[in-house]
Amino acid sequence: MAAPLRSGIGVGSRQDTRAVHGTSFQKKSRGKLVSIPGTRPSVQNGQLLVSTGVTSLDYVIGGGLAVGTLLLIEEDKYDSYSRMLLKYFLAEGVVCGHSLFLGSARDPPEEILQELPAPVLDDIGCAAGDEGQAKLCDSEGEDSMKIAWRYQNFPKVQTALAASSRFGHYYDVSKTMDPEMRQASKCNTFFLPDELPLKSEAEPSTMNAGYRALLRSIQNLIHREGFDTAAPQNKSRNILRIGLHSLGSPLWGDDICCKESPSDAVSLTSFLYGFRALLRSSLCVGMVTVPSHLIQNRAIMGRVTKLCDTAIALESFRGSERETNPLYKDYHGLLHVRQTPHLNCLVCEVPDTKDLAFKLKRKQFAIEPHAAVDLLVRQPPSEPPIEPPTARRGRPVRDYMCNCKSCSPSVCAMQPGSGRGGVGGGGELLSDMAGI
Amino acid sequence: MFPELNSILSISPENIPQGQFVVLSDRSGDASFLIHHFLSLYLRAGCKVCFLGLVQSFSHYSAIAQRLGISLPQARERGQLVFLEGLKESLGELLLEDVGPGEGPLDFLRCPQSDLRSLFAFVRRSVSKGVEWGPPVLLVDDVSVLLSLGVTVGALQDFSHYCKAALCRELKGNMVMLVRVEEDEEEEQSSELLLKALSHQCSLALHVQGLSTGYCKDIHGQVEVCWRGGAAPTAGFQQQKKLFQYKVHDKGATFFARGTSSAIL
Repeated sequence: MAAPLRSGIGVGSRQDTRAVHGTSFQKKSRGKLVSIPGTRPSVQNGQLLVSTGVTSLDYVIGGGLAVGTLLLIEEDKYDSYSRMLLKYFLAEGVVCGHSLFLGSARDPPEEILQELPAPVLDDIGCAAGDEGQAKLCDSEGEDSMKIAWRYQNFPKVQTALAASSRFGHYYDVSKTMDPEMRQASKCNTFFLPDELPLKSEAEPSTMNAGYRALLRSIQNLIHREGFDTAAPQNKSRNILRIGLHSLGSPLWGDDICCKESPSDAVSLTSFLYGFRALLRSSLCVGMVTVPSHLIQNRAIMGRVTKLCDTAIALESFRGSERETNPLYKDYHGLLHVRQTPHLNCLVCEVPDTKDLAFKLKRKQFAIEPHAAVDLLVRQPPSEPPIEPPTARRGRPVRDYMCNCKSCSPSVCAMQPGSGRGGVGGGGELLSDMAGI
Repeated sequence: MFPELNSILSISPENIPQGQFVVLSDRSGDASFLIHHFLSLYLRAGCKVCFLGLVQSFSHYSAIAQRLGISLPQARERGQLVFLEGLKESLGELLLEDVGPGEGPLDFLRCPQSDLRSLFAFVRRSVSKGVEWGPPVLLVDDVSVLLSLGVTVGALQDFSHYCKAALCRELKGNMVMLVRVEEDEEEEQSSELLLKALSHQCSLALHVQGLSTGYCKDIHGQVEVCWRGGAAPTAGFQQQKKLFQYKVHDKGATFFARGTSSAIL
């Protein structure tokens, strides 16, 4: 998928050959690309990344969304948090001065745009300072770690997942964005009931009329505004953010939500294939929400996921038993990373932990490894009785933990007696500390 | 090209078997790293390669091939590689735009439930040109995406059968197809059916699976290598199976027997 970055802009290929013939210590220059606001090159494969608008989500999916790729969000039951993520995504575009495209079939796009959260814009440093946890991550904890010195060497991921603070912004969900600011950015909308006559003649195609109209409208916009990488390069380039709300719902004229074996099973997947083709050849980045819990046939959801690049699923606690479960009292729901993209490389580095939960705070949509799993697996079984602290004095705590650096913490913690500061192990740890 | 996999399969660029039909498949894992292996292997061996890249752009394959020491743009210029970029070609067909006369390779996208005759004609055309290169090879990444585009399993079976007859029999070449299967096993899905049908036709199958215990940083999954019929290195009628675990690196992959990962030992 280097299309936008390498062949597309025409910086990559020529320089690559030069780098091969010259010394190996040549500094890679990325030309004008970095000058597009709100983007940065990936550390792994040099892809141009944009932020999703949620800093911790950027971290979870490997640094951000690569330009030319598609993020799939499986909606939570009432579409409250997935809609929030869509709004963050669009708001980030407004703040960075990107162009927007919003397609919807249920709510008029203007309505969604009016609800965009207000950015916390005083200063990026201040924005990070507001969030205690974010600051903790950035400042390496040089001086603030006097009391909790034992946890100093624990991975920083444990407190909050935050990528670099320069990239991506924070938003205050209790306020809406200033209309003036919103109108400064170019925004195109697609509202299905306006675009499509109720009775349209059926063309024989793999895609239904609604999706085809949407795809055509995106294609026209890309050609008209010069977002495709084949366009002349003298113009200043910008990013187009495309958000599509609730694709696959019956309102798009799709019946995959209604039947187990729908008559029109390939409409959505064909659309996504065409959409992927458009994205790959242009400076666009897409976000699609899909009500996956409504889709009856799981195989279709599997294919939809494979046609997207990054896929995450939100599972909100609202209305479920977990809402009242004390294990989950700190969170609003679980976040599953279904798929991360392999772009221009064989492997893709992803964070170690896959047990993530989210909570929506006023100024932050925080995604964290959730403590419930820790509590459940770290609690040692009752068989080995906890010895009196005197017996263990002087023995380093490290002994109780598995020492192999590579096996994942959850695996290690399964072994009996490996409590490291969990519920059961807490007693030992405290007494050890008291002993020292 | 991963040397370890070559020694497992007893293939090398100097010694390419003829008439082999390889099926790569995955379930809850990602077998696409194998297609890059085979692409670089056959290019290095000097075969004429026809690559149907249906899921990624050319630059993606090219960037990875460069890491594996092969330049795809050069191979394309020399005429060794014919690359069909599905994403680029499909857009006009999906949007029913008017193109000039003559059939595009993907014009089956225009009407649902049609056959893959035009795609086969494209493959046929591209492998028959370029006699200065070695035996022709067809690689498809991946076949199951065609199911998402409305092609039936029957049409895909026909396509693979025709390709096999043309490439493996007639031209003494090879064929590699990747099938990705959805994770749910309980239902008889079309991708499952497709995998069964192709596994029945193939001479070598590599099936990638994620670990049943879940994600692990050091072991990315396991791959089952299955020789069928006379293709096994030790000639015999039964099919022979071997199971390995693997880890994909930046520039290759390592394969090891189960439980012997460097993270464990």
